[in-house]
Amino acid sequence: MHFMVMVRANEDTESGRLPTTEEFTAMLKFNEELVKAGMMLGGEGLQPSSKGAARILFEGDKRTVVDGPFAESKELIAGFWLLQAKSRDEVVEWMKRCPNPTRGKSVLEIRQVFEADDFGEAFTPELREKEKRLGETAARQQAKG
Amino acid sequence: MTATEAHRAIEAIWRIESAKVIAVVARMVRDVGVAEELAQDAFLTALKQWPEAGVPQNPGAWLTATAKNRAIDLMRRQKRGQEKYAEIGREMERDQAAMPDLDSALDDEVGDELLGLIFTACHPVLSTDARVALTLRLIGGLTTDEIARAFLAAEPTVAQRIVRAKKTLGEAQPDFEVPRGAERAGRLASVLQVIYLIFNEGYSATAGEDWIRPQLCEEALRLGRILAGLAPQEPEVHGLVALMELQASRLKARVGPRGEPVLLLKQDRGRWDHMQIRRGLMALQKGEALAGAEPGPYLLQAAIAACHARARTGDETDWARIAAIYGRLGALAPSPVVELNRAVAVAMAEGPAAGLAIADAIAGEPALKDYHLLPSVRGDLLAKLGRFEEAGAEFARAAALTRNERERALLMERAEAAARGEVA
Repeated sequence: MHFMVMVRANEDTESGRLPTTEEFTAMLKFNEELVKAGMMLGGEGLQPSSKGAARILFEGDKRTVVDGPFAESKELIAGFWLLQAKSRDEVVEWMKRCPNPTRGKSVLEIRQVFEADDFGEAFTPELREKEKRLGETAARQQAKG
Repeated sequence: MTATEAHRAIEAIWRIESAKVIAVVARMVRDVGVAEELAQDAFLTALKQWPEAGVPQNPGAWLTATAKNRAIDLMRRQKRGQEKYAEIGREMERDQAAMPDLDSALDDEVGDELLGLIFTACHPVLSTDARVALTLRLIGGLTTDEIARAFLAAEPTVAQRIVRAKKTLGEAQPDFEVPRGAERAGRLASVLQVIYLIFNEGYSATAGEDWIRPQLCEEALRLGRILAGLAPQEPEVHGLVALMELQASRLKARVGPRGEPVLLLKQDRGRWDHMQIRRGLMALQKGEALAGAEPGPYLLQAAIAACHARARTGDETDWARIAAIYGRLGALAPSPVVELNRAVAVAMAEGPAAGLAIADAIAGEPALKDYHLLPSVRGDLLAKLGRFEEAGAEFARAAALTRNERERALLMERAEAAARGEVA
């Protein structure tokens, strides 16, 4: 099973403050432990929303782009890990050992990644195939105009 | 924390810590079976104490210390007369005295012990089956039942296998150390082979019990990554990880809508896992940098898999390069199977006639007598050369040899197509 663990942003992460050497070393050490446990599939820390952030709002066919920074820091993500584990509980136990990722109160959110089988009956290979064929037919019809 | 929550937490902690606890204790008592029992004792104590007292700050160190104490007790009781054990016991007591603070015993300091345990589980005195079962049990933390289901074997069979393996190890008295010097390469090859076997058991399964099979691939990948973390200087470890990541990236595209196998060149490359490909290519790069001019067999196989992974369409595949790597692989460890693969690559790069010449040259190899892929490849090349009658006979022969029903159906279709004078 694969899981994504997200670090929720807060005022600290949004301030753009860089981690101290101690904080950096502690996190590096923790990440090394995840690597040694064979669980680490990937992970990144994200810039504050004042730097390089944008949102695209969808409404029907309409798309509106809104540039950062964004005010509601609690709704933002400051970083993530992608982990392979045998169970959610295993991820919980590991992440309890994570050094506090921000100064102050932090929230880590654990979410299970969808795998093809999770779609169950609703997304069988036959349906998948049919969906693909429908897509191809539609494309051909469009091409014919 | 409720009792159920505590139990769930403790079970998860067991999964995380068990291999390390067993590894540390095994080095003390020099017996995997006893070490596992002592570790389980510590785990049972935790199950009794933690729901009330709470989970300690460093549960791994707590479990290790508890299991170590049990080991010391055991050695005192059992082996009073034996100077060797008494001495180990005294050493351990000194260690304990010098380490009053549990929290200072950090988990990552058991790396050597854990690596030693992996080498022991894959010890050459054991049969291959035993190595696989013991590795999954001790390092992967899988239950006997899980291992049995994964290998479509009866649970008592696997349980027996593990008991016998522990007994064999008990008699062989391995030193639980990480092998060094000349011995190391051979022992490492055994570890890599076990992990790759586990991976292939998951990878080659098609329909049926396939729900548990991808899990075996994941387990093998995890074991590979653990090994890469413990022995990062070994190029072949990265080679194996790269090979497994790159092959696993194609898992979803390998089976068609009706559960039939889909050949590499006909796969929908959009369904390959591109994040996984990236991880595989990174591992390959690491391994190749370490190996320099002399990459080993896993790195070479990973390099071939990478040629496929890098091609956006089947037509973009660099077959000349693949053929050349198969050539190097064959030079390293001569094998008619590798040569057959080279024949396919050469056929793609230079045309079917050149490939057929290579396949024909190894057609008499006794090792390939019952190997269905030989007639299957020859059939394909003959059909491409327009020699349909011979092609049909080869496909029929291949269909009779394969043990996989899905593959048989595919080969019969090709035999019929050849009879109609089509390449299919």
